[in-house]
Amino acid sequence: MGAYILRRLIFAIPVLFGLTVIVFAIMALIPGDPAVAILGSYATPENVEKLNRDLGLDKPLVQQYVTWVGNMLQGDFGRSYSLNRPVLDEVLERFSATLILAGTALLLCSVLGLIAGIVSAVRQFGWADRVITFAVLIGISTPSFWLGLLLILLFAVTWQLLPASGMYAIYGGGDLPDLLKHLILPAVTLAVVATGVIARLTRAAMLEVLRQDYVRTARAKGLTERQVIYRHAFRAALVAVIPVIGIQAGFVLGGAVYIETVFQWPGIGAMLVKAISTRDLLLVQGGVLVVAASYVLFNLLADVAQHMLDPRLKL
Amino acid sequence: MLLEVENLTRQFGGGRTLTGRRPVVHAVSDISLSIDEGRTLGVVGESGCGKSTFARMLVGLDQPTSGSIRLAGHDIRGGRSADGRPLSATVQYVFQDPVSSLNPRKTIRQTLTAPMRHLLKMDAGQRERRLDELMDAVNLRPEFLDRYPHEFSGGQAQRIGIARALAAEPRILVLDEPVSALDVSVQAQVLNLLADLKRELGLTYVFISHDLSVIESISDEIAVMYFGRVVETGPGSTMFHRPRHPYTGLLLRSAPVPGQRRIHGEPKPAELPNPFDPPPGCAFAARCENARDDCRASVPPLDIATPDAADPESGKAHVACYHPLAEKPDKNAPPTP
Amino acid sequence: MTAAAATAKEPPRARRPGAWALFANNRLAAAGLVILVAIVLVALAAPLLPLPPPDITDPANRLIRPLQEGHLLGTDQLGRDLLSRLLYGTRMSLAVGVSATLVAALIGSLLGLIAGYAGGRTDNVLMRGIDMLMAFPYILLALAIVAVLGPGLMNALYAIAVVNIPFFARNIRGITLGLARREFVDAARLSGKSNVAILGTEILPNVLPTIVITMSTTVGWMILETAGLSFLGLGAQPPQADLGSMLGEGRKLLFNAPHVSIIPGVMIFAIVMSINLVGDGIRDLLDPRLRSGALARPAARTAVNRESVADAPREENANALLALEGLNTRFEVGDEIYHAVNEVDLKLNAEDCLGVVGESGSGKSVTAMSILGLVPTPAGRIVGGRVNFHGDDLLSVPLERLRTLRGGAIACIFQDPLSSLHPLFPVGEQVAEAIRAHQPLSKEEVRQRTLELLQLVQIPNAEQRLSAYPHELSGGMRQRVCIAMALANDPEVVIADEPTTALDVTVQAQMLRLLNRLRRERNAAVLFITHDFGVVSEICDRVAVMYAGRIVETGPAEDVIHAPAHPYTRKLIDCVPVLGEQDRQLDAIPGLPPAVNRLPEGCAFADRCDRARDDCRVGNVELAALNKEGRAVRCLYPLVEGAEGSG
Repeated sequence: MGAYILRRLIFAIPVLFGLTVIVFAIMALIPGDPAVAILGSYATPENVEKLNRDLGLDKPLVQQYVTWVGNMLQGDFGRSYSLNRPVLDEVLERFSATLILAGTALLLCSVLGLIAGIVSAVRQFGWADRVITFAVLIGISTPSFWLGLLLILLFAVTWQLLPASGMYAIYGGGDLPDLLKHLILPAVTLAVVATGVIARLTRAAMLEVLRQDYVRTARAKGLTERQVIYRHAFRAALVAVIPVIGIQAGFVLGGAVYIETVFQWPGIGAMLVKAISTRDLLLVQGGVLVVAASYVLFNLLADVAQHMLDPRLKL
Repeated sequence: MLLEVENLTRQFGGGRTLTGRRPVVHAVSDISLSIDEGRTLGVVGESGCGKSTFARMLVGLDQPTSGSIRLAGHDIRGGRSADGRPLSATVQYVFQDPVSSLNPRKTIRQTLTAPMRHLLKMDAGQRERRLDELMDAVNLRPEFLDRYPHEFSGGQAQRIGIARALAAEPRILVLDEPVSALDVSVQAQVLNLLADLKRELGLTYVFISHDLSVIESISDEIAVMYFGRVVETGPGSTMFHRPRHPYTGLLLRSAPVPGQRRIHGEPKPAELPNPFDPPPGCAFAARCENARDDCRASVPPLDIATPDAADPESGKAHVACYHPLAEKPDKNAPPTP
Repeated sequence: MTAAAATAKEPPRARRPGAWALFANNRLAAAGLVILVAIVLVALAAPLLPLPPPDITDPANRLIRPLQEGHLLGTDQLGRDLLSRLLYGTRMSLAVGVSATLVAALIGSLLGLIAGYAGGRTDNVLMRGIDMLMAFPYILLALAIVAVLGPGLMNALYAIAVVNIPFFARNIRGITLGLARREFVDAARLSGKSNVAILGTEILPNVLPTIVITMSTTVGWMILETAGLSFLGLGAQPPQADLGSMLGEGRKLLFNAPHVSIIPGVMIFAIVMSINLVGDGIRDLLDPRLRSGALARPAARTAVNRESVADAPREENANALLALEGLNTRFEVGDEIYHAVNEVDLKLNAEDCLGVVGESGSGKSVTAMSILGLVPTPAGRIVGGRVNFHGDDLLSVPLERLRTLRGGAIACIFQDPLSSLHPLFPVGEQVAEAIRAHQPLSKEEVRQRTLELLQLVQIPNAEQRLSAYPHELSGGMRQRVCIAMALANDPEVVIADEPTTALDVTVQAQMLRLLNRLRRERNAAVLFITHDFGVVSEICDRVAVMYAGRIVETGPAEDVIHAPAHPYTRKLIDCVPVLGEQDRQLDAIPGLPPAVNRLPEGCAFADRCDRARDDCRVGNVELAALNKEGRAVRCLYPLVEGAEGSG
């Protein structure tokens, strides 16, 4: 097991390396002169040239890339011109807020999705199955950014039960209950689609597994229906669902971009949108890289979990 | 000799990876066999003995790692026979699973005309005539031509598979377990059809099967395979009456026969050796009652068996065993009719 | 022979219901289609409708609420008519979403086809590239691309398309990889086709349904995502309207004019939901597994619907260990009823070994599985007869009692030991589970007992094998584990459903030897299902031959094999080559068994029988006793003359 995790970590290195190449290439492809973007179109040519030299943009691309990666390895992601602070500081601060939001949403959608999927499969064609199937259909068809608006309208404006935006109350907030209160709406909104997808897949996986010969064997052994479903069938279905949860983590992280904008959550998604519109490219670069790298690590975890559950996969 | 195989070997794996070399598996090791025009060579063995890999190399679906296959004296390594035509115009293949060997989204007509079009370059009129001949040859009605594979039973699908192989007008048919997926009553129909076709068209068969009685009923020559090697060859008429290799003997003792209680299964569970770590000597030694030290030291070559006074055909038998079964008729061998 | 004569005997060609009929049957999908078509038609007709132009501002009439004169849906903050903007926005969103799907499908499928078919290095390079794209959280990559290209609707389209390429590529590659190894691809190669021809004419037609399914299930998603980019202000730029940008602009007015954001949201929801419904319908249509209803979950026991049941076993079965009386099991698929088991009587005495022989589709396995209610329902249903075990009717005992019998007094061994064992549990655990289900033993006692069982079935190094997983064992070893599992609670009856069919002949011999020894040592009665008379001779005392769901002949195994009374039994024995009888011409049985959903009147074998006369094809041929040794045959003209009263 340890050796397997180590091997997976080693194999993650080229992926991370690839990520930096893609991100760098994307940024290098940007039309126009970054220095002009930073200084504005009224900058003098001398200033532009000086800034380009300061930023190392007059060097060959490969050299730029090496310098860039080298700096990053030392924790220097550059400086955001729009915020006038180090990119890494801003990104890490924002990312921790996103992690709270996305982590909660991921937990919600995994638990709810698995439960809904199992209930739906076990009560196939019953009313519970119909209700869940219909709810799932609505869930995966609803634009999350719109759902967020509706929820704000209902819970914050009409009923005034929950705060409409932000992470903490402006006055007197900052403790855990306050955070949780602010977390409910955005986390639920963010989890809806993923819950639907996971529930659907769990249902399909359970139905597939329940038809397998080994489930018939379990029944022929005289196991109770509870053991058959929750021990034999669920265990096998989980192996099929875990990679889907891994993929959904990507959707949740990405979906956070909308939700953070809607709920003004001070996360990295809202930061990226702002950075793109202000063309603060170093900030975009750093933000994208950090999120992508953490996603790679998360998928690695999902892989390891799957390998622990399924002995057929080679360790 | 129409078809000669010499020292044929096929290895899988062995490539380089990031962390070292992948392990090598010898699917087929050092097979030498030959077959005359118009004869049937039966190849019998259990799963994992390499018989399918061997069959696929004969038709060019797989390439040998070393060794040669000669068709009428011409090496077929380039995928072409002596006259420069593609190999598949001379050697054709009948698959084990009749349904999965037919494309589910093509009509039988489309499947059967492909070889005529691509291998024989026939025009439309010729193709139509040939289609009628083929359907007649395999006893199927011509209106089946415009149907899709899912509309056929296993036996009918296998007839279509045979028709597809015959469409290229080959001289040799390699049949890889052509009846094992079929029910016994249908199996007999297909076996009889194959016998008729061989007689009418003068075909040569290489017939692969795990079923001893099917092999015996159809073969002129028999080769027994175990763990990638041929362990015994001999005339089809006598081999199973007088097995020489202990493995052949075990196979015969293991085959159930209706109306007889005769099986003597091995008392202890026995399995194939680990293919990643094959033993240095005879692969069967661990299961063999006759095995001695020399068997475990080196692989016995396939040599002409000691002549047998009672058996005039014994000169044709070859066996890869240092201590073949004794001459006395085995009391467990099947009775002669 | 005329064409009419040739087709007369042929059963009617199985006709599949048309695709359209199937789709329309799916009410949800049909409803989705109606909504979608309506939306598309209205959106297409937008320029023809009497609507104010979408981009003309009218500050005097800003933020009019819906349902007002002249502005059905009201106006936005610049006084633009919302209905008009909604319809033009829908056009835009649909066009962009569909185009993005087409681009992603085309490029992704092409990459997938090439990678899957070429395999090896090409596959590796392509798929590593795809993995790299997948390493970005979904929308993040789209953001990065928009960051490069700058905001704009076309750029959003490209971004969404690129982000979705991996889904198509991976899906299509998976399917192609499977297809490229299929035998029909080898067959095409042997027909002289080139690689390009094989990819285009053999593989593509089989991949196409998957491409369509993937497209229909992702197009809704892509519309949603392009709307999302516009919502963030990175897609459509003002004054151009698409649904997402309308929603984004409306967000700022959420508190005082919610209709401006709610209306486009409802439209997005309606489009995406109807597309999802249609997509699911298409998937169900094109995926044959779903179409046959195979994905229904089997119930804990087979459904039993008997019109009438006898109160007690028949007199002759009063002392039998296990007796089936008039068992009828059928499968109901759509309108078709498959009569798999018809009026089957079987009797198994203590320590007896009864073989049930038949070809595939003869109903032998369904008979065996009916005993413990293991025939999957839905589809399967027992509609008549009794299953007596010590006189109790197993078809009516409560589920809990049936559960204690399953694996307790009556145990099963199945055909394929790999698929019958749970792939994720060690074999020792699976055997232990069988013990724990029936015996209240301590953990250590269970372990000890498990070990004994594995040793009993001669598994070498049993102690180490306790923690082995099924995939780590050979086929023979797996079947030994299954036998150990069946013997865990000293059963009185073992139902063995073709337990040696999947095994090699030498392993089969080992297994028969083991089974024969164990059944004698353990005094267990065995119901042995097989298709091989040779195996019957080896292990069975008595035999019953099944054809088309009925027992056609039964009796002591030796008698039946040496002197079969039913013509089918005779032919079934004669059509198999026998070792040592090389020159015998095989007596093939012409034709095919009848389909069990269209059983003929009279004897089901009559059409293939050379002894059949007119009276064989009418009425019901009874299973009649042939002599006192328990031989019986369902034939009016049996091959063996027996006691009077037959026929």
